[in-house]
Amino acid sequence: MSEPQATTPMTRPTVQNRETETDADADADAVAPLIEVEGLSLHYGDAQALKNISVSIREKVVTAFIGPSGCGKSTLLRCFNRMNDLIDNVRIEGRVAIGGEDIHGPGVDPIELRKQVGMVFQRSNPFPKSIHENIAYALRLHGMRDKDALDQAIETSLKQAALWDEVKDRLHTSALGLSGGQQQRLCIARAIAIKPSILLMDEPASALDPIATARIEDLALELKNDFTIVIVTHNMQQAARISDDTAFFYLGELIEFNATSRIFTNPSHKQTEDYVTGRFG
Amino acid sequence: MSHFEQELADLKDTLLRMASLAKDVVNKSVKALIERDDELARAVKEEDNAIDELEILVDEKSVLLLSKAPLANDLRLITVALKTSHDLERVGDEATTIARRAIELGKEPQLKDYIDIPRMTNMAMEMLDDALDAFVTADVNKAKAIVPRDKEVDALNKQMQRELAGYMVEDPKNITRCLHLMTISKSLERVADHAKNIAEEVVFLYEGRDIRHAANLGTDQQS
Repeated sequence: MSEPQATTPMTRPTVQNRETETDADADADAVAPLIEVEGLSLHYGDAQALKNISVSIREKVVTAFIGPSGCGKSTLLRCFNRMNDLIDNVRIEGRVAIGGEDIHGPGVDPIELRKQVGMVFQRSNPFPKSIHENIAYALRLHGMRDKDALDQAIETSLKQAALWDEVKDRLHTSALGLSGGQQQRLCIARAIAIKPSILLMDEPASALDPIATARIEDLALELKNDFTIVIVTHNMQQAARISDDTAFFYLGELIEFNATSRIFTNPSHKQTEDYVTGRFG
Repeated sequence: MSHFEQELADLKDTLLRMASLAKDVVNKSVKALIERDDELARAVKEEDNAIDELEILVDEKSVLLLSKAPLANDLRLITVALKTSHDLERVGDEATTIARRAIELGKEPQLKDYIDIPRMTNMAMEMLDDALDAFVTADVNKAKAIVPRDKEVDALNKQMQRELAGYMVEDPKNITRCLHLMTISKSLERVADHAKNIAEEVVFLYEGRDIRHAANLGTDQQS
């Protein structure tokens, strides 16, 4: 870290202290934080992956996490639905609250948490079943049994995922027959079918062609009306296109958190500048 | 230096080449006026064509670089290059206007000694020099200091216009020459405006802050 002091004011970039310049940003600031992270550190064994992260993520906006590989952005994303619980030897300090509730609190069931915090991964991972069954499975798991209700929920989520028109005539064919982009949208449909409040996306378009990528990006912009979206991406232009806020991580630290417009036109920190312009990372 | 950085450096170089030509044509056009040198005035037109070509080159390079999706200071440099090339092209146009009027004025006896025109020229050229220097050396304070100087050039232009109006009232035979000189004065005032624009672009480039129209819009605050 060439600028260790720079992290001090930035470790708690709450909604209030995000530096904003335009009226649009000021309006955006009215949105309440949904995810609040305070002093979060995470160790994998002896290795520290996250160092004292504090960040407030606003409700119903798209927040992008950027940074070079190994900077901790995916690790932080996985903290939000306690996916890191599944890894041995992980030690977490600090607090993550969603809607004001500590997700590591004693009464919190990780399964229930993951219902509220959906996730989409880099590689689409549909079940080797029909399109219909991919979504029905998730819904049944959460207690929906009525066939009509299932059909309705499947149609709604496929429409929300902008996939309905392409698959409505072949709902009972294998999901594996869909294109990569369609499979990814199916995974998004599956994630949103159970109505989470937060959708985490870990490089959701990195394996897709530009057209499929554009559809996922469009979808993210549509979905933010209903969901809070946090997306990890290596594609700076993607972050610039779809996110409202951007957090830049480096070596496990949050270097800068600000309005996306600011991060990509005039970042406050040299490391951010160097990273987004491709000078390092 | 990466290939992309090399391309950005080339863009800067082209812009500076354009700036150097723009300064040259203004100086030549005023020299042509003062020394009543028609040949020099005609040379200005030729040189202005080269500036126009460079403007197109800067714009082409900029659009090509934009297609590579630059961000942050790279993005700002390219948008600044697009605007600055336009300002410099207009400086070249003002010089051709001055040169054309100088040729017309050369056909008649000199109306008066030229005192304020060289002064305005010097002021405008110093502003342009400083703006380019600030661009090259990333000196934001130098760029900011240029902005208020534009008012001095404006005042001198107004004074010229009043004085020339007086000459016209005095004797209708002066009118044509006065109109030429009024145009020249206005052109020099415009050159200073373009220098101010470039200075404002330099502030945006290095600070990411838009200081244009700050007084009118009440936006003259540190972000």
